[in-house]
Amino acid sequence: MDQKFKRIAVENSDAIVQMWVEEINSLKDGNYTATISDELFESTNREFVNVIFTSITNQGSSKAVEDFSEKIINLGWPLSYITDGLQVFRRVTVDYILSQSSKVDSEFFSNVLESVDAWVEPLIRQLVNEYSGSWEHIVSLQRVALQELSAPLIPVMDKITIMPLIGTIDTERAKLIMENLLEGVIKHNSEVVLMDITGVPVVDTMVAHHIIQAAEAVRLIGSTCILVGIRPEIAQTIVNLGIDLGKFPTKSTLKKGFTSALEITNRKVVDLEKKAENIEKMIDSLQGE
Amino acid sequence: MKPQSCVNINKEWDIVGARQLGRDIAKKMGFGTVDQARIATAISELARNIYLYAEEGQICFEVIDNLPQRGMRMIAVDTGPGIKDIGQVMQDGFSTSGGLGAGLPGVKRLMDEFDLQSEASKGTRINAVKWLR
Repeated sequence: MDQKFKRIAVENSDAIVQMWVEEINSLKDGNYTATISDELFESTNREFVNVIFTSITNQGSSKAVEDFSEKIINLGWPLSYITDGLQVFRRVTVDYILSQSSKVDSEFFSNVLESVDAWVEPLIRQLVNEYSGSWEHIVSLQRVALQELSAPLIPVMDKITIMPLIGTIDTERAKLIMENLLEGVIKHNSEVVLMDITGVPVVDTMVAHHIIQAAEAVRLIGSTCILVGIRPEIAQTIVNLGIDLGKFPTKSTLKKGFTSALEITNRKVVDLEKKAENIEKMIDSLQGE
Repeated sequence: MKPQSCVNINKEWDIVGARQLGRDIAKKMGFGTVDQARIATAISELARNIYLYAEEGQICFEVIDNLPQRGMRMIAVDTGPGIKDIGQVMQDGFSTSGGLGAGLPGVKRLMDEFDLQSEASKGTRINAVKWLR
């Protein structure tokens, strides 16, 4: 039975493809693929329908399907293009086979449905799997990328290091912050670490607790941790929550924190040009004598 | 009173979702940046309590719009172990998880109205309101 349907479908592939393309084109208007050029759309459709027929004629060979899904994923076309395409193919093929048969009873009808489903379903499964696999891959890559960004430590100058924090701090990130902070302080031999929380949207008790612990740990290994970038509204909520951040110095901006870090390490920033000007003036006055 | 919008709390990142939704509502209602931060922090505390102690629950937001007073209500509901001694948890510095113990009393100070109902092994329901001034 199945072989017979398959023969009908393959022998009349031109007619089926014709119907399929018409349906797909009608879906295109005002739809997800509206921005895609007609030429590309047509050539991809042709390739798609070829892939479908190859997979029907020699079941098991999935290389063509793999290549095709990879292409569609690279083009960035939505998954609905594939699912729509296969649903339309199923409908069109069933219609066609039924129209070619003289005697149609319910048993015959269910046989047709069963065989066509058996052709299309593995394709849907495979293509959807490839698609979601590529999404999962992207998500896991982004997670790694985010983790690398999550607790950076920048040695700005001798003995002074800055850790800028941007975004939400969750438990995992809080652990990373603590580890990177301590490791970095030892590695860069820093006397002062500036922890900048300008980009942290909310400081609740958990975040505050982690900051306090990190600062305390930094103190234990002999350095000073200065908390900078405390916005006025964050300062008010910290006070409302009743959190005591009095054990280590805090500053409103990174700039102020950096100045006091220089003070702690017994240094200051000097304007070179002014100095040069002063020296020139001195030389001038000396020459004048 | 407008219909509620709710966020389910099952994993740690749901706390961020709840906070963002709450902050958006507060911003739309016209709360200032300080009150927005207060509301976001309070949501963060309540959501974290659900995540830490009850494992799952829900936070709902409601816009109260009966003149002359406007405000935002948040309701945190869970079916967790409940709180044995409410007086104790409302004291600063009490924590069963090694935290700072400032969460619930902090929320009470951040918000204008605060109501806590809890029954052991049945769950907890917290109702807090911030009025728009």
